[in-house]
Amino acid sequence: MSALQILWFVLIGILFAGFFFLEGFDFGVGMAVKTLAKDDHERDALIGSIGPNWDANEVWLITAGGAMFAAMPIWYAGLFSGFYLPLFLILIALIFRGVSFEFRAMAKFNKAKNIWEWATAIGSFVAPFLFGMIFTALVKGMPVDANFNIRGHFFDFVNLFSIVGGVAVVLMSYIHGLNFIRLKVDGDIRYRAAKVAKVLYPVLLAGEVVFAILLFIYTDFFQNKPVITVILLAVIVLATVVSYIATLKDKEILSFIATGINLVALVTLLFVGLFPRVIVANNPAHSVLIKDASSSPYTLTIMTWIVVSILPIVLAYQIWSYYVFRKRLTVGQAGGSH
Amino acid sequence: MIDLALSVVSLARFQFAMTTIFHFFFVPFSIGMGLVVSIMETLYVIKKDEVYKHMTKFWSKIFLLSFAVGVVTGIIQEFQFGMNWSAYSRFVGDIFGAPLAIEALVAFFLESTFLGFWMFSWDKVKPALHVTFLWLVTIGSSLSALWILIANSFMQNPSGFILNKETGRAQLVNFADLIKNHQVWLEFPHVLIGAFLTAGFVVAGMSAMALLRKTKNTDFFRKSMKVGLILGLVTTFGMLFTGDRHSLFLQDDQPMKFAATEGLYENVGGKNKSEPWAVVGWYNEKEHKPDFEINVPYVLSILAHHSLTGENKGANEISKELHAKYDKKFGKDMNYYVPFNAIFYAFRVMAVSAGAFLMVAVVGLWFNRKKHSDDFLMNQKWWLWIMSIVTFLPFAANTGGWLVTELGRYPWVVYGYLTIADAVSPNVSAGSMLFSNIVYFLTFCTLGGVMVYYSARVLREGPDDLMQTKAVIKDPFAEEAFN
Repeated sequence: MSALQILWFVLIGILFAGFFFLEGFDFGVGMAVKTLAKDDHERDALIGSIGPNWDANEVWLITAGGAMFAAMPIWYAGLFSGFYLPLFLILIALIFRGVSFEFRAMAKFNKAKNIWEWATAIGSFVAPFLFGMIFTALVKGMPVDANFNIRGHFFDFVNLFSIVGGVAVVLMSYIHGLNFIRLKVDGDIRYRAAKVAKVLYPVLLAGEVVFAILLFIYTDFFQNKPVITVILLAVIVLATVVSYIATLKDKEILSFIATGINLVALVTLLFVGLFPRVIVANNPAHSVLIKDASSSPYTLTIMTWIVVSILPIVLAYQIWSYYVFRKRLTVGQAGGSH
Repeated sequence: MIDLALSVVSLARFQFAMTTIFHFFFVPFSIGMGLVVSIMETLYVIKKDEVYKHMTKFWSKIFLLSFAVGVVTGIIQEFQFGMNWSAYSRFVGDIFGAPLAIEALVAFFLESTFLGFWMFSWDKVKPALHVTFLWLVTIGSSLSALWILIANSFMQNPSGFILNKETGRAQLVNFADLIKNHQVWLEFPHVLIGAFLTAGFVVAGMSAMALLRKTKNTDFFRKSMKVGLILGLVTTFGMLFTGDRHSLFLQDDQPMKFAATEGLYENVGGKNKSEPWAVVGWYNEKEHKPDFEINVPYVLSILAHHSLTGENKGANEISKELHAKYDKKFGKDMNYYVPFNAIFYAFRVMAVSAGAFLMVAVVGLWFNRKKHSDDFLMNQKWWLWIMSIVTFLPFAANTGGWLVTELGRYPWVVYGYLTIADAVSPNVSAGSMLFSNIVYFLTFCTLGGVMVYYSARVLREGPDDLMQTKAVIKDPFAEEAFN
């Protein structure tokens, strides 16, 4: 395994972490459209709060996918064909969610509006749930044949551990979204978001404990890398606790950052557990390793130069965008796109 | 359980065709609309005429709809290579993944971020800065066309790589060759100009529809029509030029594809001989001969060689040559004949469209001259009808071009190196693939239907609401009045 290969494994991890940090809250806000907002004005405010950014947030996923294809094609090919149906359902969820914002803005009748709001909410729920399932199933281990092809059956994808993983990502995203709402929207809904979050934190903490136990039972994380696994699990729990306390004390920025760290730490844990593999096989001999999965040193070098020169620019204008749209939206005055 | 005819390969092929064709309705349209709206807003910034601001806002509704559908159907494409074509992804990942990743990094971030800026900063930043956001979106989406076509060009005309005997995979050795590939510089200008053309004729055609409905806003729609037609005229010439160059190279790069576009089973022409051109025809794809043809003398020589004489090989000889070249590696059972009738007519859809575009742009601009009164123009109903119908023609032409490009590459995924049959995922069941095909199909019907419905409504309602907003802003007590 070369340093470049490790760098790209880390970079792909960073891209996924960025995706879950950013799209995580707009998944959460999307779910809140149908679970927290009470009237049209509130729904306008929620959708308006992620309006300028959700599309760019989703590009983090597309870039992560592209980076996987470019740097670790064997991983990309094995993972995407192996998790065919869950990924297909994610695509359908992202498609309907993606058009729902624009179609809702165009809709005139409440019925049509309502349909697109459900598309926002359901899409925002299904995508993180299935991502959670896929990653959990992946670290648990899949049946893999000698040619790196995953040949899973229903219970390889859907089992207690993967369902808990899916629920965990949904819950983290939802609370992350509630914290974003508290940060970006003003009005009654800002305080209702805090109320709901306060109820959900204990549930999330309990879920994290269950997840840690299942991780111990179903994966080799604790055998292979006990120290870092325990540290990252502690970071996850600690971030949730900090966020909980910050919410109780009405410190909005801190609670939002803490739920972000929550998601990032989870992604980090999964990637650390994968290392030095990219696909974990039930039969360890068939696990796909980073050194076998990656592109040639030449391609990796070129891609490294490109990323090093372009990613800082991208980050700069994305941060600028959050700075420009930093103002809180007041319910009833949310600016539309047209 | 599942009929053998529905093999994984044919289902995956059908899915690729369906998803890319549907995606490719909206991509050229939204890239082009980005340019049209950028031009309109630039005119507003320069001329400070409110009508251009209304035009910008009105047509941006159509732009944003097409952009949304284009974006969401695009995600499928990136996932599809891994999901349906994992053997392909392994074979070319070292090369093909790079432009895809760069596309996301360079283009998608740019367009999505600045579209967000643009949509939500009306009246909040200076007009010159505001229009800059939109130009960045247009540049971003044009760059995405460049990088995806660099990837596609590798499949059409592989360059800059070696076959690694140890891994059995293609391996990049020269990144610059990937970009310098002449196929890129044939395909990219043709596709990009085609995108601009699409938007030009859609805006002109939709304006004609509005005039047919006796809209009150004649000035608004006449000005829109003018912008659309001027863009349409310029881009039609661009299409003729780039298309011509493309077919010059095609004769050497992929002779079988060229033979199908011209309906050539037998060799034609010679050193001092002219070649006739088949205007229409029908081809017997089993016996490899034409059932009937209507030929015009000299035209093929003019088109293919810019001369009155010339020669081209027919598919039968090309097939023999390909067998001689590839049988050792791929076996004798390969079929190198491409689907003749589909490619022949897909090509003619492009050619006929080009003629129609030229005529519509010239005549349309003449009818829309300042000298002609609104009443004069609105009384030319037959003409407005023609223009309305032409709204849909660019989509047919884009699809035709796409079909020629992709069907004509048969039986290769990577020309000369990897066959379609060897590219498909070995571990995806026909049932999964059938299920996803059905759901995609229904999804696309829904999205397409909603998109057309909302676009028609935008047009029916016209720009009236935009003009009313202006009245509110002019309120002397409004904050803006003091700036």
